[in-house]
Amino acid sequence: MSVMPTDRGTGTAARARRAGAASLVANQTRYDLRAFRRNTRARIFTLAVPVLLLLILVALFHSGTVKAGGATVKIAAYYVPHIAAMAIVGAGLINLLITLVAKRESGSLKRRRATPVPSWVLIAGDAATSILSSLVIVAVLVAIGSIGYGLAVSGAALGVAAVETVVGAAAFCCMAYALSGVVTNAESAGPVVQLTTLPVYFISGIYVPDDELPHWLLDVANVLPVRPLAVALQAAFVPATNGGQRFALVPVMIVAAWGVAGLLIAVRTFSWMPKRS
Amino acid sequence: MPEPGGPAARAADAVAAGPQPRPGSAGPAAGRGPAVISVRGLRMSYGHYEAVRGIDLEVARGEIFAFLGPNGAGKTTTVEILEGFRTRTGGEVQVLGADPAHAGAAWRARSGVVLQESAPEAWLTVRECVSMYAGYYPNPLPVGRALDLVGLTDKAGGRCDRLSGGQLRRLDMALALIGDPELVFLDEPTTGFDPSARHAAWEVISGLRDLGKTIFLTTHYMEEAETLADQIMIIAAGKIVASGTPATIGGRARESTTVSFTLPDGLTPADLPSLPAPVTEGRNRTVEIVHHEPLPVLHAVTSWALQRGYPLSDLSVHRPTLEEIYLRLTEGQT
Repeated sequence: MSVMPTDRGTGTAARARRAGAASLVANQTRYDLRAFRRNTRARIFTLAVPVLLLLILVALFHSGTVKAGGATVKIAAYYVPHIAAMAIVGAGLINLLITLVAKRESGSLKRRRATPVPSWVLIAGDAATSILSSLVIVAVLVAIGSIGYGLAVSGAALGVAAVETVVGAAAFCCMAYALSGVVTNAESAGPVVQLTTLPVYFISGIYVPDDELPHWLLDVANVLPVRPLAVALQAAFVPATNGGQRFALVPVMIVAAWGVAGLLIAVRTFSWMPKRS
Repeated sequence: MPEPGGPAARAADAVAAGPQPRPGSAGPAAGRGPAVISVRGLRMSYGHYEAVRGIDLEVARGEIFAFLGPNGAGKTTTVEILEGFRTRTGGEVQVLGADPAHAGAAWRARSGVVLQESAPEAWLTVRECVSMYAGYYPNPLPVGRALDLVGLTDKAGGRCDRLSGGQLRRLDMALALIGDPELVFLDEPTTGFDPSARHAAWEVISGLRDLGKTIFLTTHYMEEAETLADQIMIIAAGKIVASGTPATIGGRARESTTVSFTLPDGLTPADLPSLPAPVTEGRNRTVEIVHHEPLPVLHAVTSWALQRGYPLSDLSVHRPTLEEIYLRLTEGQT
């Protein structure tokens, strides 16, 4: 029934292809990042809160050590990767979910849907924004750890942490898209996501060190996405916590699996149209 | 904004000249150029509720088509099917030569959409927002030209979320136009405008017709439809109840005209000259003569009054407005 490719249709399609997928994503990411930079809520949640938490937690336990992964770790070397994991969740999941639901409910997504931009370009723009902002915040936390608390930082540690940050941010970005299907209005997006993440942070050793938590809670946390990301980042800086391996393959795979699951759900449930109508 | 005396004045001329009534005007776009939108037997059900119950419509290239109807009549559902947002449950739909339910990016590049409600892109300036949208299209207009078309050049550096309601709608319009579309959907584009903003928007819209765009307009303002539209269609409870030009819709051209005035002191209706229709007396000595031909009535009344020196200063000739026709056709449907 549809006879799509008219002469003009193929012409514009060809031009659109020449314009290139990469430049479409670059265009989108440029404006998404600009909006992110100007968004006070996003800046506070993704940047200020993790920095503040790191400073407070290290101050609280300033001279202590923590037993993590069978190794003894200085408190700063423990909290830098754990708060970094939390920051990635903030930039990838929380910030994106709130922004996404607000955009959908205000009709902003629907309006973009009326343009020829492919949906994956918009999603890639969101993912790139999450990844880049995650890399910035993780770099800031590592810099504070290195300059302020003498955290040992090698090139290898930075490389592995960067890879894990990219995987983590992309995975939580997919989870945000999956969760957006069940959050029906912009006002409830914030509370829903805080309620979901706060208990997970507590049982994942983000605030309370590993050695204070009962084993069964850690076992639960180990199959959720937050703790594996923290464990992997911890191993990047202190390989002894992972039997000497700097790259913790299994935890990274668990994070990636959550991302893939999120993506599969998102593909089925994601909606451009406001839910309220 | 277009210059005063520019597109708006030309649009006014077109309205004054009056679209020609065509024999069988409810029919397809025959003689009006190729159809940009063609709909046959369109149906849409939500569960057991049938929102659209078999409608036909044709929109010719370069015309402004106004789609009217009460809230809940199936208007927005129909528009969203034409825009490709919803998948119909029955009927044939062709928009720009393709079925919107299966059309892709190249098709979307040829149409622009102003949604009934949409918030600005938070945190971006007007220029940034329009530039971002320009990046979505293969052949966009220059950003400055789109801003100029809708009269937002002065606000280009301002943040989108600090615009007034009317300015936001103009930004929506700029976003719909930035891809240089052939077809523009405007869903209640002036709702909530003050009268001067509404007239400014009409100038923009009739300017688009002058650029050769086809426009599918939904509105609740009859004056808007009357000023802008080449064709009007009224939907109520999911069915088309009338279609035609602003002058002919709903049998308007054949409607009776009411001539009314206040009787001069000391006279009764019996003192009036012989008239082609009965005289009815209302409150405060007003009389009404309803007849399908106003001219003989006016001639008789005015010659009589002139001869006797009665001023008849409140003499009025009233033809049913589009709003009256609309209310009659959609009665009990709201």
